[in-house]
Amino acid sequence: MRKRRWLGAGASLLLLATVALTGCGAKNEPASTNTGGSATTAPADDGSAVQAIKDRGKLVVGVKFDTKLFGLKDPGSGEVEGFDIDVARAIAKKILGDETKLELKEVTSKTRIPMLDNGEIDLIVATMTINEERKTQVDFSDVYFHAGQSLLVKKGSAIKSIDDVTKDTKVIGQKGATSIKNIEEKVPGLRVQQYENYQEAFTALKAGKGEVLTTDNAILFGMSQQDPEYVVVGGTFTDEPYGIAAKKGNADLVAAVNETLKELKDSGDYAALYEKWMGEKPPEE
Amino acid sequence: MDFAGAFSSDNLLFLLKGFGMTLIVAAVAIVLSFILGTALGLIRYSRIKGLGTLTMLVVETIRNLPLLLIIFFVKFALPEVGIQLSTFWAAVVALTLFEGAMISEIVRSGLQSVNKGLVEAARSSGLTQAQTLRHVVLPIGMRRMVPPLVSQFISLLKDTSLAVVISLPELMHSANIVYGHDVSYVFPVLLLAAVLYFAVNYSLSLLSKRLESNEGARRRTPGAGKGKPAAPAATAKAQA
Amino acid sequence: MDFSFVGSYSGDFLEGFKNTIYASLLGLAGSFVLGLVLAVMRIAPWKALRAIGTAYVEFFRNIPLLLVVYIFYLGLPSLGADLDGFASGTLGLMIYTSAFIAEAVRAGIQSVPAGQMEAARSTGLSYVQAMRLVILPQAVRIVIPPITNQFLNLVKNSSILGVVAGFDLMYFADNVNSYTFQTMETYMVAAAFYLILTVPLAYATNVLERKLARTG
Repeated sequence: MRKRRWLGAGASLLLLATVALTGCGAKNEPASTNTGGSATTAPADDGSAVQAIKDRGKLVVGVKFDTKLFGLKDPGSGEVEGFDIDVARAIAKKILGDETKLELKEVTSKTRIPMLDNGEIDLIVATMTINEERKTQVDFSDVYFHAGQSLLVKKGSAIKSIDDVTKDTKVIGQKGATSIKNIEEKVPGLRVQQYENYQEAFTALKAGKGEVLTTDNAILFGMSQQDPEYVVVGGTFTDEPYGIAAKKGNADLVAAVNETLKELKDSGDYAALYEKWMGEKPPEE
Repeated sequence: MDFAGAFSSDNLLFLLKGFGMTLIVAAVAIVLSFILGTALGLIRYSRIKGLGTLTMLVVETIRNLPLLLIIFFVKFALPEVGIQLSTFWAAVVALTLFEGAMISEIVRSGLQSVNKGLVEAARSSGLTQAQTLRHVVLPIGMRRMVPPLVSQFISLLKDTSLAVVISLPELMHSANIVYGHDVSYVFPVLLLAAVLYFAVNYSLSLLSKRLESNEGARRRTPGAGKGKPAAPAATAKAQA
Repeated sequence: MDFSFVGSYSGDFLEGFKNTIYASLLGLAGSFVLGLVLAVMRIAPWKALRAIGTAYVEFFRNIPLLLVVYIFYLGLPSLGADLDGFASGTLGLMIYTSAFIAEAVRAGIQSVPAGQMEAARSTGLSYVQAMRLVILPQAVRIVIPPITNQFLNLVKNSSILGVVAGFDLMYFADNVNSYTFQTMETYMVAAAFYLILTVPLAYATNVLERKLARTG
């Protein structure tokens, strides 16, 4: 009864062991899946980010897995496909000379910046709008896609445009997306029901949880294509220039991305990609 | 509702893969949370000044928070102080912290339920503190801990579903993707998910019941030590 | 750490907190009543009732709460019922927690010696009377601590509303975070709000447990 101290000491050791174990596990995991967790840990603009990717022999890109046309995982094949994926391939080819030296990781609007900061991914190519707030957190490439916010409704809905949305309209969106703030500013008093990802948001719309789903038109077109019972209405009411994000300070990586984008546009490959996914030629700039 | 479409072989395979991830995360978290919980439980049982109080505060705080909050915290807040974990390890660490805190309480109350007279008798018969713990307190206490521990492990397995919020590709995440393609798949897919969780958890709870009745039988035999009867609270407490 | 943002988002936090309390109270009342009914069913002298009660309890105890909530939220519309996030979440909490309460109450009732039921019945009381007048009053003392503990779990589990746009504390905390990017601080504020509810419940559970164990 008097001295249970040794016991506590033993327990503390066990505790330490657990912490160490989890800690090691944490460090080992990226290595074991060859994602090179430490690749982009230190901010640097001395060319080390690109060099680190070359040393690893693999580019790790965060993309959406739930967004048709940009990044959608097919449960059958397990493949992720879309416009963003093709752009990521082009960047891998530019840096590593081989578009297959690419690993795709799922991100959502909410997880993408933390994962970039973690060093879990080198780049975000995930329908990400360039804005001032985000510029303080990441470094953006040039614009690679011009989107605008729009509305998706069930065919025959009374809602035809943003003017029909009142504060009592049940609007669905995705957590962490700029589109939420935009529409809440456009329609004072409106409260958007937010979900973890677009898949859940679209499922909620289809299950009748709301009348309108709002986000960028490009994403909505994909949903409409997936289920033609739902249509995009009212044109766009914001400009959403998409950029590719790198961790702050990785200027060399951003430069490599910009070069890739320029080459894609000059060669006409960009127009081809755009048409492949969007079904139309890119708008003149 | 479209059972045939929902249960196409592609979808079934995809869902089973998700369940595989559920089981892997649960297995790793069960081992780690058991180690952590035992350590914390022993620290609290041993009543070391300072460390004991600190442990108590940390454990009570974690136990009284929603696991969902802890998952978000581990994945999104810890990176702000330099602790960066992949999705898999964020899920494992969050589960380990939360369930470990719950388990420490099971361990502590299990050890404390061992009759004090028995401990004193062991000590006065010449056993050292260590020997008393090893030969008297732990064997009796551990037996009592088994049913609530198994209940806690069942809770843990169910709780892995919450990692869907950080896109861990476990069963609920796979379910979301499958019925995202067609809303008429929702019911069949959720039903299948329920069956999978139930099959594993119910087997575990049957196992727990068998252990419990064995333990009950042993406890009725004379000499096995009559402590405070294991409170029903201890079992119920385990479920989160 | 900079908590200055909390002021401008205090409306969000408070509304979430209010909804968390509502969901918890509704869940508490519903799961308690339903749990009692189920417990009585599980020990009823009719086999069919027992089977239904047992099936319910075992099913819901062994599947995740999230799944139960999804069934209400996304699964029910295909059967014609439409519930919003708050209603689905709260109903899910009730259904799920009632299984645990039923289990605690059943264990409590069965800890009352069987001879008492027989004695009460032989004095001419009906089964229901015997249950109400003799067995339940004794069982209540035993089951109070595990039930308060289930209530504690319910309050914590109410955070599930955040996943189905139920406008609870977790949902708003998540939203505030996506605007402020002050993740650590935002979740700490949410944690403090939860502790306001859960710590007193945990304390009550401990006190009751000790008190009832001593007198029992």
